[in-house]
Amino acid sequence: MSGENFLFNVFALLTCGGAIAVVVSQTVVRMAFWLVISLGSTAALFFLANADFVGAAQLLIYVGGTLVLLVFGVMLTASGPYMKIGTSAGETVVAGLVGLLFLFVVLSSVSGVKWREPVVVSAENVATGAVGNTLRPLGLSFLGARPDLSVSEPDQDLVDDFHSITKRGLRPDLSVSEPDQDRRTGYLLPFEIVSIHLLVVLIGASYLARAKRRAEPVDQAA
Amino acid sequence: MAADLNAYLLVGAVLFVCGVICMATKRNGIGVLMGVELVLNGANVNFVAFSRYTDLGLDGQVFSLFVIVLAAAEAAVALAIALNFYNNHLTIDVDRANKLKG
Repeated sequence: MSGENFLFNVFALLTCGGAIAVVVSQTVVRMAFWLVISLGSTAALFFLANADFVGAAQLLIYVGGTLVLLVFGVMLTASGPYMKIGTSAGETVVAGLVGLLFLFVVLSSVSGVKWREPVVVSAENVATGAVGNTLRPLGLSFLGARPDLSVSEPDQDLVDDFHSITKRGLRPDLSVSEPDQDRRTGYLLPFEIVSIHLLVVLIGASYLARAKRRAEPVDQAA
Repeated sequence: MAADLNAYLLVGAVLFVCGVICMATKRNGIGVLMGVELVLNGANVNFVAFSRYTDLGLDGQVFSLFVIVLAAAEAAVALAIALNFYNNHLTIDVDRANKLKG
């Protein structure tokens, strides 16, 4: 067993075990702890899949940001650190059965698909997602360029580049005769949209969560 | 198990199913949020695996970055809603949110 396979097995087991422990555990603080384990191991899986920037972003944003936000939510809403809002035994049994059936359906449908041949990692496709060092290609694609689609002959004009790409099999299903500009554009507009969206969402969230009057305890009996 | 496309898809499927079950069974509002995070992570694992093992290029990684950002935004809004719910009901139990029931 090679080192990559060994590390993949370790982190895949940690990811799946953490996710199952999130479902099984009863107190919300333990759920948050197992979620940290699962999300951190997912970041390690991203590193193993040569997605270094996505793995770093996963660690920074999920484990460092979203989980801290969730733990703050737990602190602000729980009456005690080990508050339990449990489910009944019948619900647990039904949920386990439905979960196993659902997992079986998903796995059987996934394994029934004939995926395309895996990309061979070589110096030719060094800027695609199959090889690591994705920081510069990702940044360029967020700025509107696509360096991963025109890596081997960067100095030729668009037509020759397009034909070389189709000949090499990167985009084998393109049958148009002239270079398709839309296929080469990056993600500048979605990047701007998602940044404005994040700003609006955070302003709206802080507006929603502002301090207001608290409800009377009479409300609990209703 | 060798680290290939099907192995990554298996991990993504387990994450997705765990998230769905967590969303369906937890009565704590924060627990439901954690289920949503698990589902989005399963989708991210699939995106990155397809970006690594097929000829997708960088598109999968770009999409997983968008998913991460949208998950952060969703967690912020949902926590604001949960805090409001707690302020109004003094509990976080989602079964108590029955005021709109006819």
